[in-house]
Amino acid sequence: MRFGGFFTASVLFFALVAIAGKAQDAAKRPEKESPYAELGKAPEKYRLKQNPMTKDAEAPLAGRVLFEEHCAECHGQNAMGTKKAPSLRTPEVQNAADGTIFWILSNGIVRKGMPVWSKLPEPQRWQLVSYLKTLGSTPPPDQSASRP
Amino acid sequence: MVQDNTKSFFLFCIAYMTALVSASLLLLSSQAVAQENPYFVAYDHNLEEPGNLEIEVFSNFATQRRGNEFISYWTEFEYGVTGWWTTEFYLDAQSTFNDSTLFTGYRWENRFRPLKNEHFINPVLYVEYEDINGADKILKEIEGHDVEADNAPPNALLRQEHKREMELKLILSSNYKGWNFTENTLAVKNLSNEPWEFGYALAVSRPLGLKGAAHRCNFCAQRFIAGLELYGGLGDRYSFGLHNTSQYLAPALAWNLPSGWTLRLEPSFGLNGNSHQFLLRYGVAHEISGFGRMVAAMFTGRH
Repeated sequence: MRFGGFFTASVLFFALVAIAGKAQDAAKRPEKESPYAELGKAPEKYRLKQNPMTKDAEAPLAGRVLFEEHCAECHGQNAMGTKKAPSLRTPEVQNAADGTIFWILSNGIVRKGMPVWSKLPEPQRWQLVSYLKTLGSTPPPDQSASRP
Repeated sequence: MVQDNTKSFFLFCIAYMTALVSASLLLLSSQAVAQENPYFVAYDHNLEEPGNLEIEVFSNFATQRRGNEFISYWTEFEYGVTGWWTTEFYLDAQSTFNDSTLFTGYRWENRFRPLKNEHFINPVLYVEYEDINGADKILKEIEGHDVEADNAPPNALLRQEHKREMELKLILSSNYKGWNFTENTLAVKNLSNEPWEFGYALAVSRPLGLKGAAHRCNFCAQRFIAGLELYGGLGDRYSFGLHNTSQYLAPALAWNLPSGWTLRLEPSFGLNGNSHQFLLRYGVAHEISGFGRMVAAMFTGRH
């Protein structure tokens, strides 16, 4: 009985934490905030950072492997976005400074479900940035062909 | 006796269903490549990605003076509820040589990341409830005055003790130039009016290669993460300190395969006479991405 009460209390506590967290997120989020709004919040220190991999011809290739392993699940195999996460081929992302994308990868957008990728060493995060910047704003050929 | 048989049958059913569900998930799921640190005892601040489920099976072989050596094993189901909350459920068991094999209890842990952004030091709050018996020997945490001699009596005697404990941890962790440094302080309270017990774990790790390879590979340096753990008890509120505690030093290695599997190995060496002389921990983990959506689709029919 004592255990039952404790267990119920624990479940209720965590349910409340989850509901409170969701409610807090919803309250903080302005109506229809752009999914790219976070890009504008990158500190200047990061925005001005140069990608040390720009002269490494293999960086986009390595970035592609990393993207497929860690990012494609949410952003889609061709980075066009899914229900879970936005497209990375939009002008907002493609025109963002390398340092801004690096900052997003390093900090995540935890309250909106984007994980923190600081567990990937810095060189790998820069390789991801290099790959993302090669994508351009146009959808890949198979995507554009399937659209009306 | 009848009650014992009913309980055993019930536990067997749970274990059978768990194995069945896990196998189905592994076969049907899309995998995500994990980037797991090699730690067995310490935690870092990296939580599970939201919606992903990681199934982990670990074992721990231990030498035992004045008793029988044993292998304990535990299965972890780790789920990323949100970007700032990871929950985990454990099932513990053990086999003691020349004695018996038994299920020893379950644990439910939750980790919360209070800060939104990455900082030089990143705190994570950890809350765990455990319902185990005295024969539990997974040694996942070393706390209070836990010593080798506690595990020497036969299972029939040990299992008579029933422990319901709350465990709190403050995890402080940093990622710097490819290195991870983490410090865990833990406080455990047995709910049967026993004093608070304390423990710690310190760990450091680094991938063998910091740059990613330009092709998929199993054996490239980035896939291997090497580390070192130092952990042990710190006594209780009446006798705080290292006196009559066990302490361990453990080099560790993780191999993160591109197929979504992670293999880990960690030999631990006891640093004083109260510690097991040698522990060998090993485990395998598989991360299933989009588990939350799979479950939702099961009930709603939408993909």
